[in-house]
Amino acid sequence: MKILGNTLYVTSQDAYLALDGENVVIQREESETRRIPLHNLDGIVTFGYTGASPALMGACAERGVVLTFLTMHGRFLARVSGTEQGNVLLRKTQYRFSDDEAQSAGIARGFITGKLFNSRWIVERAARDYPLRLDKEKLSGVSASLADAIRSLPCAETLEDIRGIEGKAATQYFSVLDDMILQQKNDFFFRSRNRRPPMDNVNAMIFFVYTLLAHDTASALETVGLDPYVGFLHRDRPGRLSLALDLMEEFRSVLADRFVLTLINTKQVNGGGFIQKENGAVLMDDDTRKTILTAWQKKKQEQITHPMLGEKMEWGLVPYSQALLLARYLRGDMDVYPPFLWK
Amino acid sequence: MEYSEEEFLSIAGLQHFAFCRRQWALAYLEMQWNENLRTAEGHILHENAHDSFSAEKRGDRIISRGMAVFSRRLGVNGVCDIVEFHASPHGVPIFGREGKWLPVPVEYKRGAPKENDADRLQLCCQAMCLEEMLLCGEIPKAYLYYGETARRTAVPLDEALRGKVAAMLSEMHELSRRKYTPRVKPAKSCNACSLKGLCLPKLCRGGSAADYLKKRLEEFS
Ligand code: SF4
Repeated sequence: MKILGNTLYVTSQDAYLALDGENVVIQREESETRRIPLHNLDGIVTFGYTGASPALMGACAERGVVLTFLTMHGRFLARVSGTEQGNVLLRKTQYRFSDDEAQSAGIARGFITGKLFNSRWIVERAARDYPLRLDKEKLSGVSASLADAIRSLPCAETLEDIRGIEGKAATQYFSVLDDMILQQKNDFFFRSRNRRPPMDNVNAMIFFVYTLLAHDTASALETVGLDPYVGFLHRDRPGRLSLALDLMEEFRSVLADRFVLTLINTKQVNGGGFIQKENGAVLMDDDTRKTILTAWQKKKQEQITHPMLGEKMEWGLVPYSQALLLARYLRGDMDVYPPFLWK
Repeated sequence: MEYSEEEFLSIAGLQHFAFCRRQWALAYLEMQWNENLRTAEGHILHENAHDSFSAEKRGDRIISRGMAVFSRRLGVNGVCDIVEFHASPHGVPIFGREGKWLPVPVEYKRGAPKENDADRLQLCCQAMCLEEMLLCGEIPKAYLYYGETARRTAVPLDEALRGKVAAMLSEMHELSRRKYTPRVKPAKSCNACSLKGLCLPKLCRGGSAADYLKKRLEEFS
């Protein structure tokens, strides 16, 4: 397996990134604030209109370090990546599969199986960990309906059927997300999904973490030679990282949602770190963003054993390992695509 | 028969092919370079790149580093670490030098001698390229230098070795034309394989992905 590198997150808008020898140098107001060897990095993510020198972009492209520019609020702007890794053949296979409804449905079923399996695990796990605080019956109900959804997936032949099952299951799952928030209930609650813009603190955090996860997943796909823009479940829309969004389905609950719940339940974030605009849109302040980024880096270092590969790896390598399995499936090395089924 | 430059394969690939056909295909057809493989090879290429214009004369030898070679007949190209030109009446004239010279490739390996033929095949292939480029007739022997033993060993370039190079290359060209990555044949060598993490030898034997799914989803069926 690959070695997990670090992602450098640059959150100050007045920063400028330059190259000095083999190092990224962060400059602020003409003076150097940090210097990090490029070979320690997998990616650099900048928030706000942080500048970067062409020399640094070139060096990143050459060394396979993906440089991503996001707006202050985490909306994707652009990425610099080098000549695609891997062979054009793999991409052509990917495009052929993507054009073929049956093949696409087969892979999409894998992604959604992973998603539902892992969502159910979150619910089950919460019920087990906090039996005295949670409405067990409500949770078991949701868990049972997620299990039903998993059972019905093998019969879903079309993408539409799969999306239908997924949609219903997601409603079920999100109906207990608020129950799983056990602390700071006045500041953190979840009524429904909203993201453009996020209208409450929880949605603001979830949206932000999904963006980080999408970035990591897109980089993983690129590393194994797949085109993150051409998906199977999410259909092509210019500029959308469709395949990254597809693959991400498996990790949303188990990596992102659970991570957000932990931040709230362990009080690493608090209501004071959020600002509500006149129209109700919620923004996170700089400190909260930094807290989340630091915790996210830590989360990615946590060791797990991959359920299929049986190999110890960091959480941060899970998107990569699934991208690799997907590539090997497309190459014809395996009979099915094996989604990440966490336990 | 002659290959076009488009079809040229890398001489360095021979050692991977000799080790495992799938490893070669992963690295050269799929371009799935793993850091290990890349650094091992890149290192050598890198060193060469710095002084590929250098040629020094030592007594009756000219030593040329980082020489690019190719063969149209075999359809390969690559770089020789070192080619020594020995003054010899059996040699050929070379550009810009007086006298007659016999080319002798020398390949440097950082590690220890291998059990398999990989290094000898690569060396022999380099010699065959030089023969074709210099029209110099058969080069009888060449040398491998191993960092670990700090010793040069002479490698006789006999018919058997030459035949193996040619056979292997035609097999590589065939796979390359079909863009075909051979399936896994798990072997002891997998443990020492730098592409193991990409190849997933255990999983690719077919069936096991389905088994995994079945087991994990048992309670839902
Ligand atoms: S892991 Fe084994 S089968 Fe796979 S490339 Fe390496 S040696 Fe070949």
